[in-house]
Amino acid sequence: MSAKIVVYIDQVKGKALPASWEVIGAAHVLAEKLGGEVATIVLGADSKPVAEQSFHFGAAAAFYCDDSSLADYRAEPYADVLVKAARDQGTEVLLFPTTTRGREQAAMSSIDLGSGVIPDVTALDVSDGKIVATRPVYAGRLISKAVCDAKPQVITTRVRAFKAPEADASKSGTPVALQAVRPEAEIRTKVVGYSLSEGGVSLTDANVIVSGGRGISNNPALTPPAGLDEKAAEIWRAQEGFKIIGELASVLKAAVGASRAAVDAGYIPYAHQVGQTGKLVAPDLYIACGISGAIQHQAGMRSSKVIVAINKDAEAPIFRLARYGVVGDLFEILPALTVVLRKRLGK
Amino acid sequence: MNIVVCIKQVPDSAAKMAVEGGQISWGEAPLVLNPWDEFAIEAALQLIEAGGGDLTVVSVGSESAKEALKTALAMGCTQAILVSDPALQGADSQASAHVLAGVIKKVGNVEAAFFGKQAIDGDMGVTAAQTARLLGWPMLGLVASIKVEGGKLQVEKSLEEGRQVVECQLPAVVSVSKDIGEPRYPSFMGIRKASRATIPTWDLAEIGVGAPTSVVHWPEVLNPPVREVKTEIITGGSAQEIAEKLADKILEEKVF
Repeated sequence: MSAKIVVYIDQVKGKALPASWEVIGAAHVLAEKLGGEVATIVLGADSKPVAEQSFHFGAAAAFYCDDSSLADYRAEPYADVLVKAARDQGTEVLLFPTTTRGREQAAMSSIDLGSGVIPDVTALDVSDGKIVATRPVYAGRLISKAVCDAKPQVITTRVRAFKAPEADASKSGTPVALQAVRPEAEIRTKVVGYSLSEGGVSLTDANVIVSGGRGISNNPALTPPAGLDEKAAEIWRAQEGFKIIGELASVLKAAVGASRAAVDAGYIPYAHQVGQTGKLVAPDLYIACGISGAIQHQAGMRSSKVIVAINKDAEAPIFRLARYGVVGDLFEILPALTVVLRKRLGK
Repeated sequence: MNIVVCIKQVPDSAAKMAVEGGQISWGEAPLVLNPWDEFAIEAALQLIEAGGGDLTVVSVGSESAKEALKTALAMGCTQAILVSDPALQGADSQASAHVLAGVIKKVGNVEAAFFGKQAIDGDMGVTAAQTARLLGWPMLGLVASIKVEGGKLQVEKSLEEGRQVVECQLPAVVSVSKDIGEPRYPSFMGIRKASRATIPTWDLAEIGVGAPTSVVHWPEVLNPPVREVKTEIITGGSAQEIAEKLADKILEEKVF
C-alpha cells in the first residue's frame, strides 16, 4: 500500500507519549478531506508493541524499527530511518506530535525531503486541495495561517489540540519491520547516561494544573526554622507553600505549575514554569494561586478551558482571564478546597 | 573551540502584539535580542572562557538587528556578523537554515553552532535542527549543561520523560535550554566596546550561496478570538464556605 499520511509515534521504551495518539486524530481529519490511508511509524527499543497498539487507534498500516542503533533516542539515526520510509512510501503528509523529539525529527526530515516544516499547529484544514494550518505565534498573542508549497507536507501538532481517537482493541494488524540506515560506526553521538525524572503528571499532557506564583512564599502563619538567612527563609516558606499546592494537585491528579517569578526566585525548578519562556499549556482546568498574571504568564496558559484564580490582590490581571476568582488568602482557601474536593471526588 | 551563535532580533516579550490593517504591530515595545538566545550565548561564553577560542554571533535580519548583535557583543562575544539581503525577505526557517549553514562554513574552523530554543516571534524552534541536517553535523537539542572533554562535547539533554547524557564528536549543532542558568548582563566595559564595534554586513554573494527558495508561507495573521470570560467572584464568610462554593463550581465544569 502507499501510506499517503504517515504519523510519527513518539515513544519511550515501549510506551507512547499520549500526544502521539492525538496526531492520528489529526491525520484522520486530513484523510477525510484528502483521501488516502493513515500509517504510523515507531522507532526505538520496544517499538513493535507500540506499532501494534497504533492499529487500535485507527492506523491502517504500521512500521517500526527496533534496531540496536535506535535503542536510545539519537536525532541522526532516527531521522535516517524516517526519511527513507517516507520516500519509499511516497508519503505526502508527515505528521508528528510537538514533543522534543517530534519537533526535532520534523525539522530534520523536512530538509532531507526537500520541503519545509510547519510546527506546533492547533488546527488543520484543506482548501483547494492544499493543507492550511493554523498556529499560534508570539506565544499565542497572534494566530497565523501557514501553507507549504512543497511536498511532502511536514507538520507537528500541538499537544492537546487534537483529540485522540477512541482506542478499539478489536482493530489490529501486523506491523512491518524497517531496517536501520546508518551503521553504528557512522553515528557520531553516544548516549552515556539516562535518568527518568521523578514521577508526577507532566505539565503539557495535564488535564488539570495547579500553579503557584510569587505569593506562595507569603504565608504569615509560618515561622521558618532558626538559623536561616532572609533568602533561605523565603525559599523555605515558598517550599511549604508548594506543599499545599502539591496536596491539591494530588487530589485532582494535576500537574504542578509555577510562574516565572516563582522559578526565578528559586522556589521551584524551571521544569514547572508556565509562560512564554516556559511551557505553553492548555488544560481543562488551571488553578492559579498567588499569581498576578503577567502578560508572559498569560501567554502560556490563556487557552486553558476553565481558569480559577486565587489572589489577595483584587486588581491582579489574572482575574480578567478567570472564570472563577477568589480574592483572599490562598493559605486558608487552598487547604479547605483540598479537603472539600477530596471528599466530593470520593478519595 | 570556535563557536558560532545564531541569534534573532524580536519584539520584547512584554509587547502588546496586534494585527492592524493586515500588518503585525508591537506598539511602542523595543526590538530586543531573543530571550532564548541569551542562554545560548551564555553557554558558549562559558566554554570559550574555560577553553579559549572565538565566539562569533550571527543574525539574519535587517539593519536594525545590529542592535541585538551589539547586545551579544556587550555580553562578551568576540565578533558579530549581520546577514542581510533583499532576497531573504520573507525567508522561511529552512531558507534561513541554508543561509546560516553557509555562514558557518564561510566563518571557517567552527567546531560548534549554538542556537536558542526558539525565537519568541514565530515560535518555530526548528532552525537549529534544520541547519544541523544541512551541515551534516549531529544535532544536540535542548541542552541543560555542556562540557568539553578530550575534544568531545558532553551534554545533558532535557526530554519529556527525563534527561539523557550524550557524548558527541565535534563539530556539532547545539540548542540550549533555560536550564543552563541565568545569562549574564552586559558589563559596562562590554557595552562601551560594543557601541564602538563596526559590524560587517554580508549578503548572499559574499557568503557564496544562491537565494534559497522559501516554501512555507503565511497567507494570514490574525488577532486571536477575544476570550469571552465573565468572571464570577466567589465570596463567603469563611474559607470553608468559599471552598465549598468554589468546589461546586469546579465540579459543575465537569473536567474530571
